[in-house]
Amino acid sequence: MAFISSGYNPDKPMTDRITDIGPRKYDEFYPPVIANNKGKWLYHEILKPGVLVHVSESGDEVYTVRAAGCRLMSITHIREICEIADKHCDGYLRFTTRNNIEFMVDSKDKVDPLIQDLESRKFDGGSFKFPVGGTGAGVTNIIHTQGWIHCHTPATDASGPVKATMDVLFDDFKDHRLPAQLRVSLACCLNMCGAVHCSDIAILGYHRKPPILDHEYLDKMCEIPLAIAACPTAAIKPSKVEVDGKKLNSVAVKNERCMFCGNCYTMCPSMPLADDVGDGIVIMAGGKVSNRISAPKFSKVVVAFLPNEAPRWPSTTATIKRIVEAYSAGANKYERLGDWAERIGWERFFEKCEIDFTHHLIDDFRDPAYFTWRQTSQFKF
Amino acid sequence: MAKHETPMLDQLETGPWPSFVSDLKQEAASRAKNENNIEYQIPQDVVEDLIGIMELSYEHGRTHWKHGGIVGVFGYGGGVIGRYCDQPEKFPGVAHFHTMRVSQPAGKFYTTKYLESICELWERRGSGVTNMHGSTGDIIFLGTTTPQLEEVFYELTHNLNQDLGGSGSNLRTPSDCIGQARCEYACFDTQALCHDLTNEYQDELHRPAFPYKFKFKFDGCPNCCVASIARADLSFIGTWRDDIRIDQEAVQAYIGGEIMPNANAHSGRDWGAFDIEKEVIGLCPTNCMWMDGKELKIDNRECTRCMHCINVMPRALRIGNDRGCSILAGAKAPILDGAQMGSLIVPFIKVEEPYDEIKEKVIEPIWDWWMEEGKNRERLGELMKRQGFQRLLEATGFDPDPRMVQEPRTNPYIFWKEDEVPGGFERDINEFRKYHQR
Repeated sequence: MAFISSGYNPDKPMTDRITDIGPRKYDEFYPPVIANNKGKWLYHEILKPGVLVHVSESGDEVYTVRAAGCRLMSITHIREICEIADKHCDGYLRFTTRNNIEFMVDSKDKVDPLIQDLESRKFDGGSFKFPVGGTGAGVTNIIHTQGWIHCHTPATDASGPVKATMDVLFDDFKDHRLPAQLRVSLACCLNMCGAVHCSDIAILGYHRKPPILDHEYLDKMCEIPLAIAACPTAAIKPSKVEVDGKKLNSVAVKNERCMFCGNCYTMCPSMPLADDVGDGIVIMAGGKVSNRISAPKFSKVVVAFLPNEAPRWPSTTATIKRIVEAYSAGANKYERLGDWAERIGWERFFEKCEIDFTHHLIDDFRDPAYFTWRQTSQFKF
Repeated sequence: MAKHETPMLDQLETGPWPSFVSDLKQEAASRAKNENNIEYQIPQDVVEDLIGIMELSYEHGRTHWKHGGIVGVFGYGGGVIGRYCDQPEKFPGVAHFHTMRVSQPAGKFYTTKYLESICELWERRGSGVTNMHGSTGDIIFLGTTTPQLEEVFYELTHNLNQDLGGSGSNLRTPSDCIGQARCEYACFDTQALCHDLTNEYQDELHRPAFPYKFKFKFDGCPNCCVASIARADLSFIGTWRDDIRIDQEAVQAYIGGEIMPNANAHSGRDWGAFDIEKEVIGLCPTNCMWMDGKELKIDNRECTRCMHCINVMPRALRIGNDRGCSILAGAKAPILDGAQMGSLIVPFIKVEEPYDEIKEKVIEPIWDWWMEEGKNRERLGELMKRQGFQRLLEATGFDPDPRMVQEPRTNPYIFWKEDEVPGGFERDINEFRKYHQR
């Protein structure tokens, strides 16, 4: 493994340096049918799950076949995507915000061969490489975070629970049977790198034990005032401790004030929270980002904790499946999950989804909590 | 023969959904074979060790990645996230495993030629594992060693005309929906605005000078496909202020069942015949639509542009012609003080090149205020909550407008300013006492 220079000279880093050039310009990458019809689209139709046609004022049509992608993707897989796009789409493709891959062709006769090609490709382990779907009143790809593959603060994995959940919801990725679209998201800790807080169903990693204090190293590894300031509930204070006869500066945590957010750990590596039984999953439901009919809204916590059951998280996937089936059976056409829950009442939601309501689900975090308590005599028995 | 046994991860290879485990294994096998005799600049078995350490996390129920160290490329304060594993003896291939964020093109369209050039670079100088894409929108290069960071950056900028994205307390790489490129709902060119602002603010994107992260996201219409309203400090959401365009013949075609409602999005179930009264008029949140004989009527002044009727009948109803965007400020995920949705600060603004009004009247005054007043790690939305919406109005100079609130305040505790009250706050106690004994 001999080092090969790119041309960069570490002794003269500014020589020929190119900076601040930004991303490549979007229109370099438009397929001709997109470049020719941008801003002229008249309407679209979903021919079947995963297949869209957009029709332009010019009479041009673009057919899009949407296939699932894993956000975690190897270059071998990307090269296979390129091979497909070269074969069917003149070397163009795009990705969606929800990690799907969109292959576009400019005439209808190119659609079926493309779909057959995509659906025929499987990994050695047996799973589909490019299942087609993810449109309309169904379930599309789960947006998610890094988890155990690359992050230092997760309370659960990301790619694993996503794979397990999408295996369970796979039929709805390829169908349009639901009352409206249903967006599932996963964040592996409450930093929430992604908008899981406004999803129809959110899978959220959560810690339940206060930080362990690595007193011997804490003052060497961390700025103690920053760790203290990082705590949103003021649970951390400076303290002096004795380790092996040595007096050390450290911190003390008032455990009953800890909300397990891990913000202290972000500032101070000597305060880890991760724990095999403490960590697990919170299920949230009923959020949305669209302004359609009702305003965007936050997801609500409907299950306070489920254990991390690697490798397939069966309690989590079973709970999600129950919510999806209850929603599918009960909601009106066009009604999002959160709108359905509000219409039937949350007391009914828990009954229909067979979820126990526990004290953890009643908000007690600061002022907004009050506005979530029932302040009317109207409720259902 | 795999380097590490992975009995738990192997269970994620079955089932229909694409398996990331199978994908990682094929990458590991490709590197082991090295059919093209690539001179790998980081360990050849990096992916095997990545799978190995992942399996260990599955056993332990805990991550094995440590905090990032301070690594980066010269002159930038973002774009690279340092990452080290806590079991370097067992998994030396991923002892250093830094992330690089590569600024994605607006709209996420690609040519295969470009993607292949990215793959070629990342195979040689990195792990060959990516995210397509990260949550914020960047192409993520997952895992390389410290000496390779400058080399990757040099090749990106010199050979691929491609820069890094943002991380840390700076402008994060902006992202957008597909917009006018392939959507009839888009009220402005999301790609053009996203690309222009990304380039205008390269300094803010690469050199952290902010109290905390700052995000722009661009949604072409109120359907909000990139979730700007939930996760961007400034959300640009397309809208219009004239009338929805109606094709009455197409309305009749929907009523007659010739065109499937909602672009056929409900094809998986028999919902019965389309009923315009129930499915469109009855669900309109402002009740501003009605049938007048065979004509669909809309009282456009009362419409709040929720998109429902247009979504249901895209061939009959189209967005208006006087288009622009609304701007909302302060959305963020829950950490620390709870999640916040964006709050409306600009009801309507035209989106026209070179976007001076958006830059000079909205973005830059808001940044000036936030950089002056924001505390360390305080997002714009938290500053708005701490100091009040009025301070945002003062910073931008916008006039208060009832469109900016859900409802007026329910308490009368108004912080009157001295210049708003005739005579000011300075008074003479002796003058007061002439009429009011102690």
